[in-house]
Amino acid sequence: MFSLSTFLDAFWPLTMAARYTLLVSGLGIALGLVIGAFVCVLALSKSRPARIAAAIWVSYLRGVPMLVQLLVVFFLLPVIGIDVPAIVAAVMTTAIVASAYISEIWRGAIMALPKGQTEAAIAIGMAPRHSWTRIILPQAVALSIPQLINELILLVKASSLVSVVGVMEITRASQAQAGVTFRPLEAYLAAACLYLAINLCLAALGRWLEHRMAV
Amino acid sequence: MVEASSVEIRKVNKYYGQFHALKDIDLSIPPGKVTCLIGPSGSGKSSLLRCINFLEEYDSGEVLIDGQLIGYETPGGRRMAPRRLRQMRSTIGMVFQQFNLWPHMTAQENVAEGLIRVRGMRKRDAMERAAEALTRVGLSDRMGNHPSRLSGGQQQRVAIARAVAMDPRLMLFDEPTSALDPELVGEVLNVMKALAAGGMTMVVVTHEMGFAAHVADQIAFLEAGELVDVDVPSRILREPEDRRIQSFLRTYHERNLI
Repeated sequence: MFSLSTFLDAFWPLTMAARYTLLVSGLGIALGLVIGAFVCVLALSKSRPARIAAAIWVSYLRGVPMLVQLLVVFFLLPVIGIDVPAIVAAVMTTAIVASAYISEIWRGAIMALPKGQTEAAIAIGMAPRHSWTRIILPQAVALSIPQLINELILLVKASSLVSVVGVMEITRASQAQAGVTFRPLEAYLAAACLYLAINLCLAALGRWLEHRMAV
Repeated sequence: MVEASSVEIRKVNKYYGQFHALKDIDLSIPPGKVTCLIGPSGSGKSSLLRCINFLEEYDSGEVLIDGQLIGYETPGGRRMAPRRLRQMRSTIGMVFQQFNLWPHMTAQENVAEGLIRVRGMRKRDAMERAAEALTRVGLSDRMGNHPSRLSGGQQQRVAIARAVAMDPRLMLFDEPTSALDPELVGEVLNVMKALAAGGMTMVVVTHEMGFAAHVADQIAFLEAGELVDVDVPSRILREPEDRRIQSFLRTYHERNLI
């Protein structure tokens, strides 16, 4: 029988654990945006080695499951003498994986802008830095909002993977809860509700941003 | 009115890979006059126009603006310094077939942007000047609109104001009315006629034979990358000698008989 009280009781510990979910995905996307911008610059660069470096970065990170990457990073760091808490390894891995997708989102948005947009800037005598900051980037960023929100939602869900390295986020907390109460269904259903609530909020935020930045 | 530029095009060649797009083009564009470039599509007229502000890089020959080579330091030599090239471009206005307005800015901001970033004007002065430029093209009541809220004809007039506000000495038009609904062509052509009457040097790639006939001081006909003939409109349009021009005009007239 489904126990409503066990289900409801599960929310408190899970909500506490949600802080880690939000920390991993929030910091992950924030750092991912920065690293992704850098990778995107390399990918669009005139230099061939830079483009190759970006291509390798993106291919590896998109091509290997995040779970495997987490385990690799988690077990690799001590070997090379870096001793950091699991949460740091989790955030870094998430950010790095996110950067690969984000750089592709931005590259796509920039390439999608009509050539005439920059031509108009060039023809008027504008310097490249101004055509980037005033013409290309504002449009590319606005264009990429839906995909960035999508990526953020994917990250919130992917953050459940960091449970394997011992970070007490929603998924791991629900496993713990299930173990204590012997009622896995209630615990996992509560986790599902929590994930859904977070992501519905993010989707709403996305729509608001899209509307605000509409060109 | 600032003084108008002249353009001298000498033996210009342009290749796209193997394709020889412009073949030894020689053309003099006198100051304060309107030169129309006509010819079938793919004839190289847009490429030639875009060589004048070096938006398209020509491979050999010379393009001189008021006697100054654009794009290269010496004929066939090194590329000129980017800053110098930008400075030259800032005196050459360009209007595109697809308007190319910046969609995230209002009409007024579109016009002011170049004044701020290229001319270094203060924002308030730039906005004021933009307002004047927009008023001159009849858009004083549309300054706060984004391009998506304007008709094609209005957008193209904003684009012309954007170029004219920079005080250019030369204006390039790349099929400025080809993307417009027929009923909106007139308002754009009227703005262009006013500019021409003000003594602006204009080079216009166009399919509007009426405009070419009545406003142009000279017409250059291109086909397959060759400059077939340059002359006054009456000669080119009424008594063309070359068979390629005759056949082009025949097709044009047949299409316009409805």
